[in-house]
Amino acid sequence: MKQLPSISYLTAIYLFFYIPIIVLIAYSFNQAQYSLVWHGFSTRWYQELFSDADLWTAVWHSLFLGMCAATSAMCIGGLTAICLYRYSFFGRKLLYGLIFILILSPDIVMGISLLILFSLLQVTLGFWSLLLAHITFCIPFVVVTVYSRIISFDEYIFEAAKDLGAKDTVILTRIILPLLWPALLAGWLLSFTLSIDDVIISYFVAGPDFEILPLKIYSMVRLGVKPEINALCAVTFGLTLLLVIISQLSLRKKP
Amino acid sequence: MKQHDDGTLKYSSLGIIWLWLIVFALLPFCLVALASFASHDDAHLLSFPLTLANYAELNNSVYLRIFKQSFYIAGTCTMICLLLGYPFAYIIARIRSRYKSFLTLLIVIPFWTSSLIRTYSMITMLKPKGIISSILMWLGIIDKPLPLLFTDTSVMIGLVYNLLPFMVLPLLTNIERLDHRLVDAARDLGANRFTTFRRVILPLTMPGIISGCILVFLPAMTIFYIPDLLGGSKSILLGNLIQNQFLVAQNWPLGSAISVVFTLILAIMILIYWRTMGKKDHREFL
Repeated sequence: MKQLPSISYLTAIYLFFYIPIIVLIAYSFNQAQYSLVWHGFSTRWYQELFSDADLWTAVWHSLFLGMCAATSAMCIGGLTAICLYRYSFFGRKLLYGLIFILILSPDIVMGISLLILFSLLQVTLGFWSLLLAHITFCIPFVVVTVYSRIISFDEYIFEAAKDLGAKDTVILTRIILPLLWPALLAGWLLSFTLSIDDVIISYFVAGPDFEILPLKIYSMVRLGVKPEINALCAVTFGLTLLLVIISQLSLRKKP
Repeated sequence: MKQHDDGTLKYSSLGIIWLWLIVFALLPFCLVALASFASHDDAHLLSFPLTLANYAELNNSVYLRIFKQSFYIAGTCTMICLLLGYPFAYIIARIRSRYKSFLTLLIVIPFWTSSLIRTYSMITMLKPKGIISSILMWLGIIDKPLPLLFTDTSVMIGLVYNLLPFMVLPLLTNIERLDHRLVDAARDLGANRFTTFRRVILPLTMPGIISGCILVFLPAMTIFYIPDLLGGSKSILLGNLIQNQFLVAQNWPLGSAISVVFTLILAIMILIYWRTMGKKDHREFL
């Protein structure tokens, strides 16, 4: 009986987290347009959602952007983590500090700073500006994920490989990458999620020719509550859920 | 540390990383600092001569009030998250059950869910004919819909709802590392529950508390879409102010100056954090 207060407290907080999302998903299946009263199960809003061509364009843009950004961030971030772990070099601490600062620096400051950079370099706001911005804010998260994994490696593996005459590139492709791929995959998935969900930075560096999903949702939400948005949010939530579960599983599996 | 064979790989990867970080992180930050000294005219977004006028303009009761209000709201939000999150993280960390990884996953999911979607779900809950009002009316506690949405309260609920996972996760990591034998020892030596908490548990979990507070406090001031969607016309926070200067008022120098002041205040807070944590722990934070 001593555990009862703890359990009820946990339940209360979990309910606080999940009830709004569950209600949202439930109402995405409600027949009625305005009323909160249950008018019967319907997939009408999903049908409307799937026939909205503009929305689909935004979805494809977001997915494509997310994949490009996650892949680039995975490569650069992975290399950074490997360098931080394996080499001693001039400015190592500075690099460390810079990544730390990038994680802590507020999104809005990163957004406006990139906006100023792009406007001075006369980069047209659109796909490329978004891609560069997304890669930049994903890199530190990949570094963190990969680095926390790589420090658990047995250092003697590299020593042994070196003694046996392996070059750096061989060590990278034959030892580090096979051992590191779960962390790299997790980093990729987290970057992809971050990229797909980002509103603040994208808000500043997006252009009218390349609309992405979060900004589309934002502009729809600003106009008021509509059942299609419920459906859209439910679909997006389902996608995030899938990605989180995959990334958790890939991180947990120990080689 | 280790000798390298030819170094091509090392130097090419370091080259890419440094180039990227300098062009897309350091340079833009310097540009914001520079832009905050630029003059504002209608034809150009930024122009010469350099001036201190933007900073002088900040010393104005409207802007000062927004600064103060943002710090107040972000601070209150951080305190609420800490008070709600600490017992929560502590209970989860102490669970010895096979459901533990599932319970942890249940916190990670909201952490990664788009906060825009979670904000939107709050509108459904809070709006005049939303769930909360309807339930309270059905229970007979109130007789007309509660004006919850578009108030400062709804902004606060939205912020806490969005940021609570950012408090819980660092706390959880930290409390899990806590050696519980120390707590038992304190109890054996005659400390009561409160003294044990204050003298043993609290100091040992301080790094988690501070990281959690930073992770909540920073976004709380800048998530401009939460006040925008949940707040009334008067709930304007620093994030909204900066966004407004850049995209609506087109006054980039003033927006930059606000960002610079804001960043400096944050930097000082983070320096204090760095000092209290000690350098040995920042490796663990990463």
